[in-house]
Amino acid sequence: MNSHSAAALHEHTIARLSAGLAAGEFSSEELTRALLARIEQFNPALNAFITVTAESALAQARAADQRRQRGGAGPLTGVPIAHKDIFCTDGVRTSCGSRMLDRFIAPYDATVVEKLNAAGAVMLGKTNMDEFAMGSSNETSFYGPVPNPWDPEAVPGGSSGGSAAAVAARLTPGATGTDTGGSIRQPAALCGITGIKPTYGRVSRWGMIAYASSLDQGGPMARTAEDCALLLGAMAGFDPRDSTSVDRPVPDYAATLDQPLKGLKVGLPEEYFGEGLDGAVARVVESAIAEYRRLGAETVEISLPNSPLAIPAYYVIAPAECSSNLARFDGVRYGHRCENPKNLLDLYARSRGEGFGAEVKRRILVGTFALSAGYYDAYYLKAQQIRRLISDDFRRAFQQVDVIMGPTSPTVAFNLGEKADDPITMYLSDIYTIAVNLAGLPGLSLPAGFVGQRPVGLQLIGDYFAEDRLLNVAHRYQQVTDWHQRAPAAFA
Amino acid sequence: MMEWETVIGLEIHAQLATKTKIFSGASTAYGAEPNSQACAIDLGLPGVLPVLNREVARMAAMFGLAIDAEIAHRSVFARKNYFYPDLPKGYQISQYELPIVRKGQLRIDLEDGSSKTVGVTRAHLEEDAGKSLHEDFHGLSGIDLNRAGTPLLEIVSEPDLRSAKEAVAYMKKLHQLVVYLGICDGNMQEGSFRCDANVSVRPKGEPKFGTRAEIKNLNSFRFVERAIEFEIERQIDLIEAGGRVVQETRLYDPDRGETRSMRGKEEANDYRYFPDPDLLPLVLDDEFIAAARASLPELPEVKKRRFVEHYGLSAYDAAVLTTSRALGDYYEAVVAALGGEPKLCANWVMGDLSAFLNKEGQDIAESPVSAAQLAGLLRRIQDRTISGKIAKDVFEALWAGEGDADAIIAQRGLKQITDTSAIEQVIDDVIAANPAQLAQYRAGKDKLFGFFVGQVMKLSKGKANPQQVNDLLAEKLKG
Repeated sequence: MNSHSAAALHEHTIARLSAGLAAGEFSSEELTRALLARIEQFNPALNAFITVTAESALAQARAADQRRQRGGAGPLTGVPIAHKDIFCTDGVRTSCGSRMLDRFIAPYDATVVEKLNAAGAVMLGKTNMDEFAMGSSNETSFYGPVPNPWDPEAVPGGSSGGSAAAVAARLTPGATGTDTGGSIRQPAALCGITGIKPTYGRVSRWGMIAYASSLDQGGPMARTAEDCALLLGAMAGFDPRDSTSVDRPVPDYAATLDQPLKGLKVGLPEEYFGEGLDGAVARVVESAIAEYRRLGAETVEISLPNSPLAIPAYYVIAPAECSSNLARFDGVRYGHRCENPKNLLDLYARSRGEGFGAEVKRRILVGTFALSAGYYDAYYLKAQQIRRLISDDFRRAFQQVDVIMGPTSPTVAFNLGEKADDPITMYLSDIYTIAVNLAGLPGLSLPAGFVGQRPVGLQLIGDYFAEDRLLNVAHRYQQVTDWHQRAPAAFA
Repeated sequence: MMEWETVIGLEIHAQLATKTKIFSGASTAYGAEPNSQACAIDLGLPGVLPVLNREVARMAAMFGLAIDAEIAHRSVFARKNYFYPDLPKGYQISQYELPIVRKGQLRIDLEDGSSKTVGVTRAHLEEDAGKSLHEDFHGLSGIDLNRAGTPLLEIVSEPDLRSAKEAVAYMKKLHQLVVYLGICDGNMQEGSFRCDANVSVRPKGEPKFGTRAEIKNLNSFRFVERAIEFEIERQIDLIEAGGRVVQETRLYDPDRGETRSMRGKEEANDYRYFPDPDLLPLVLDDEFIAAARASLPELPEVKKRRFVEHYGLSAYDAAVLTTSRALGDYYEAVVAALGGEPKLCANWVMGDLSAFLNKEGQDIAESPVSAAQLAGLLRRIQDRTISGKIAKDVFEALWAGEGDADAIIAQRGLKQITDTSAIEQVIDDVIAANPAQLAQYRAGKDKLFGFFVGQVMKLSKGKANPQQVNDLLAEKLKG
């Protein structure tokens, strides 16, 4: 195994692993075994994986090694990754973090899974998440909470908390996530990794269990922007099975990573630096912005005046859509069914009552109310109007600037249990990320420093389909900083 | 005694004749094993997404154009949310605020010969639900999702209809139209064309509508008429007895011939419609609509007029021959093959052919006698090879598949006798064999002429040319 010890393989980024596999420094099987061993060692405490697919992972790894020998390996061939348990995986439990689907074996692959399989990636398993992606701390999962690898007292963020923790703890070099209101970016920030939510329509939603269809978007989570570029390149693209998928060529994201930032116009929205932002987080974000100035970027103060309306609008639209999306979980065809139902109503009421957790029920109730006759105009329609105002804010801003920068989350990771009983405070954790989903724009979070031992994320927001620009801007920063290279002590 | 006026509006569900479902690639064929035609999308599995079958938009646009309606350049699919075991997603994808077709009209002909224009408020696209099966499961229910996702066009009329008869005339006209357009197979037994009727009554002259009851799922013209008639009477009796009609959904029981309340649950339903975020608005450009217009077949009204003007048919004959596109096509094929004689062709298509089809319960498309074969037969009537009477026997043989008319005529020796001397010979034989009748005839009993004709035809096995028999017989009997 040349100069590499098996123990060191987990330290590598996807780009480095890809090069090592190509150079024959190690095989995918060796790499996969090493990571499966780490998962076995750490997952019992970390709880980042709901399901580990060791056997099929090794089979995929061996197939990848053979493919490499035949020629025809791509950059992800043989690279292990994990899938958020919201993506359907053929023949493998797909729980969505819920008791409702605890025994649901998906009969088909999500497009994202299919594409990464085709690229030769190796699936290590399915990661923990807030139930049906509803949550910002991973605490609503039926499978229990996930401690933050940087501090076991803290949450990893959510809803893609398992994916973020698994990447931060070096159990996998990359993972998929989904982001409806910040569910990739916020856990990436809280776990000190890089994650990108692409433009709505860039990544197919086929096989991705819907929470709020008009906001949901899948994306990659990894340690570096370069790794995210490699993963996104494989995940993105038009899918005729998803009517909201956009038919537009996928650029080679890795090819433009190194473009210089001289003259880059960076917008700093005043609304993202005001009340509610933790002072220490603000200082970390400001020093990251200062670093960008040194890289040649110009910063401009901008305003996104409708920002304060984002959370209220989101908490009408997302619950409204979820109340309808989750109606299919009725105990009739699949999923949890109560014991001995007395009649149809009892079957529905108990199957759903037992299958769903409190946060999911709360959102279904809120959404059902918001869509009810007599309230629709006042809530749902109004929220859609706000959504347009928010998009207009961004549209105006992007006439002036190339990217928008600010904090990903107003605080560093909070403590487990701290906000679990206070949904409103919990919702505020996504105050800077939600507007991006409402507008359908791409957003990226990258590690920018620490407050104490807890990581801080810097958020980059781009214009529609400017993923290449966001990855480039993040990558350049990662060339001159080492926040993304730091590993939590317990998982180094 | 108060005079009452009935107000009826119909909602008709026409199943669109696509090969695959409205949002999935599963087949729409009828009668398959339960759940054998339901894919992941139809089952509403987690993570699946609908993709519109564009064919339904073309069909809906054709319908809209045929009723002079507005075709929406932008229409929106919405979710109608409710729980039911045969509704896999917990919502039905339909169109709500922005339907694909709006503001059309249909002219109907009434029994008294007058006609009336009925407004069509809207027609929208939606998916059908599955079927709940309550038999054969020992106290449980079975669900068959083959029908789930089948495309429907729901056609909503204005409350313009004033009697059960008008309602049936409208429904029949609509049925004829969708089948003409080739967008619906019109099969009512299989549920491809079914109707909900909104019925209310009000004192004549009263401008405000009465409270309506909705009668669900009427799947035959007869049931529509009976259900509405029963419902009108029920409402009038109720009001005259001092009661009030409640807004509710009712079910027609064909065995008892009455409508029954399905409980007043309807008012409690809140479907929480909202635009389906999984589907983009359906945008149809002018080019698409122009293409739909270009693909419209000749519509029944136009065809009827043409049959009157071009073939010189009566309005009645033209109406009968244009009831279906296939029948009209068949008729025209017969005329074309024969090269004329449109009236003779009409008589045969509407007469013997239709009688045989009706007897066998077959559709014109299934006719064992082709248009060319029928024309072949008519040609032999035209050139007097056979008489009209013999032709009926030949037609029967054609129906039985015994070959073409000429072959049947030759094989059975049915060729008409037109040789005067041959006919005279037969006449002489008949006269010789019936001296008593001859005497009576000559004594003034004219009625016996028919007897002699009959005897001559009988002896000639029907082959003697009837006109010649008449002429020659009259001559000979004079003595």
